[in-house]
Amino acid sequence: MAKLLWTLAGKPNGHLPRPLIFLLITLVLVLLGYGVLNPRSQMLGSLGASAAVREPDSLEGSTLSRMVYPQPKVLTPSRTDVLVLTPWLAPIVWEGTFNSDILNMQFRLQNTTVGLTVFAIKKYVVFLKLFLETAEKHFMAGHRVIYYVFTDRPDKVPHVALGPGRRLQVLRVRSYARWQDVSMRRMQMLSEAAEQRFLHEVDYLVCADVDMQFHDHVGVEILSSLFGTLHPGFYRHPREAFTYERRPQSQAHIPRDEGDFYYMGAFFGGSVPEVQRLTKACHQAMMADRAQGIEAVWHDESHLNKYLLYHKPTKVLSPEYMWDQQLLGWPSVLRKLRFVAVPKNHQEIRSPR
Amino acid sequence: AGEVTRTHPGKSKYCLLPRVTFLFLLIVTLVFFGYTSLTLRSQKLESVLAGVSMPVRADHLQAVNVSRMVYLQPDLLLVSREDALVMTPWLAPIVWEGTFNIEILNEQFWLQNATIGLTVFAVEKYVEFLTLFLETAEAYFMVGHRIKYYVFTDQPDDVPLIKLRDGRQMVIIEIQSHARRMQVISNFSQERFLGEADYLVCMDVDMKFSDHVGVEILSSLFGTLHPGYYGVKRSNFPYERRPQSQAYIPEDEGDFYYTGTLFGGSVPEVHRLTKACHQAIMIDQASDIEAMWKDETYLNKYLLHHKPTKVLSPEYMWDKQLLLLPMVMQKVTSDDLIHQPARLEWCQRPQTAFLWLWPLSELQGA
Repeated sequence: MAKLLWTLAGKPNGHLPRPLIFLLITLVLVLLGYGVLNPRSQMLGSLGASAAVREPDSLEGSTLSRMVYPQPKVLTPSRTDVLVLTPWLAPIVWEGTFNSDILNMQFRLQNTTVGLTVFAIKKYVVFLKLFLETAEKHFMAGHRVIYYVFTDRPDKVPHVALGPGRRLQVLRVRSYARWQDVSMRRMQMLSEAAEQRFLHEVDYLVCADVDMQFHDHVGVEILSSLFGTLHPGFYRHPREAFTYERRPQSQAHIPRDEGDFYYMGAFFGGSVPEVQRLTKACHQAMMADRAQGIEAVWHDESHLNKYLLYHKPTKVLSPEYMWDQQLLGWPSVLRKLRFVAVPKNHQEIRSPR
Repeated sequence: AGEVTRTHPGKSKYCLLPRVTFLFLLIVTLVFFGYTSLTLRSQKLESVLAGVSMPVRADHLQAVNVSRMVYLQPDLLLVSREDALVMTPWLAPIVWEGTFNIEILNEQFWLQNATIGLTVFAVEKYVEFLTLFLETAEAYFMVGHRIKYYVFTDQPDDVPLIKLRDGRQMVIIEIQSHARRMQVISNFSQERFLGEADYLVCMDVDMKFSDHVGVEILSSLFGTLHPGYYGVKRSNFPYERRPQSQAYIPEDEGDFYYTGTLFGGSVPEVHRLTKACHQAIMIDQASDIEAMWKDETYLNKYLLHHKPTKVLSPEYMWDKQLLLLPMVMQKVTSDDLIHQPARLEWCQRPQTAFLWLWPLSELQGA
């Protein structure tokens, strides 16, 4: 083609003067370039500086929003077997209550970035590979994600291939001899990191235990200012049976006639400011307990439950989002098992070294 | 004398190539010009109401620290309502009696020290409705919270002086009788409401409160289900169906039919909504289109593309005369209706009652 153009330009008895031909060629190339480059620059723009080499397959955030889906039926509950709304009107997220297409569009339009924090201290690094690989399949597909891996063994963090718009940061932290301390100090580390870096990098934080794997979709339906997850062992139990801290001397104390739900310490989150407030409050409460020589019965989980009783979450996740199939099977009330425990030898994995 | 050059069939094909190439380039150029200009034009036609399709900002409210409260434990294995949808597909609560604990909610909003503005328009003969509206509001609307009534009227001297509870004020604002509601609220949101209220509730004046209407309704953006359409198929919603209108909604789209008589949200969100609706109305007016249900039509278009963060059930906008009509509400027996709170009711019947007489076959799920 170029050869032809040059020949055309050079031919003395061509039908057109040379400058005009050059002008035409330039014009066409400019238009071609505009048409090709414009949509791609929009897509790259929506992923920001961290765009991966691969072509982004993200949901286009800036197009108009015609969507076709079945009409919601006002006189038909979405679920007839479970509660889907707390008494303070926070959604309880179960399969069947939400339309992912609508939610995905809403969050893509805001160009949402989600941070997923996970702690892999000492031997727990062994869980990272499965955690990250399954997160790549099921966690916030199509959205911007930053994995924050807190570890004392950065060299042991596995190399997992990440999709477009997703990256991983390793944050080196110290370990503690007692596993209880490892668990509890997460609150301190999260609250510090929230202030120092998360605030500028992500919109929402999801704080998860590492000895887990994603088994099904976990998406933007979970995101809100502050969310907790129902502990799989207690969603059928009366509040008197919840393993809240019952000693009045502890900051985490909850009397027997109080309590909405028993939340699991392994999966909580929210907006960065809210998670910062929660983790800071829990850490301070744990330090106050330590000064009194008391340690709450379920450690950071006890303090989390106290916090969420008096600061009601704006969404609650059903046990679909925190399950142990080995212990609890697969009851019919759970249509999906999304985030499940990885079987582990507790004694072995929790050794001081 | 000009030189005339002619191509002779006998000449080598080398001579024809330039002409073919030139024609090819010309065609390509025209195609690109045509494509880009068409794309631009189609974008301009998209409605103002859908165009800047930003979702409602997330409710980044600070989770407030409530105090010790004793109430029944929520039962996770028991639905709060067997007969109704209590949450939209985008996880916004649909507020029905039985879904909320008002004590918890009251405490949350008290701790935020929330001020709620209630806007009402009383123009020309509608001034008559103010007394009943305001007196019943005093009895039922957000009792115990800080309230500011914004009464927009062309007859400020005729506004009744109702005795108000503590923490409640009335502001009378004079407007012209032909003033447009959406425009007025939009302007005042920016100028005044932003500094004075956290939430706005925008209502029609020809109503009376007959039961509790409280903070359970408050969120970033809320609409109310129209009592005549909550059981009806979307293709039968009285949306604007002319594609030329800014309020156009195709027959295969639509979540609910919202009533224009009660909507609201945070001040910034209400400002966005009223501004967009007003702009759309003006564009349609310039094209000589007038939507059948006025503000309500544009409200519906807006809420389709900017999903509300709460939806109020028809309890919040009831019409007692619906009780007399057969089976618009298929799943609710007339016994239940007696116990259903009808929180707000129309005082004046609409001129035509044809709206309510849908044949059964047209009803959703029939």
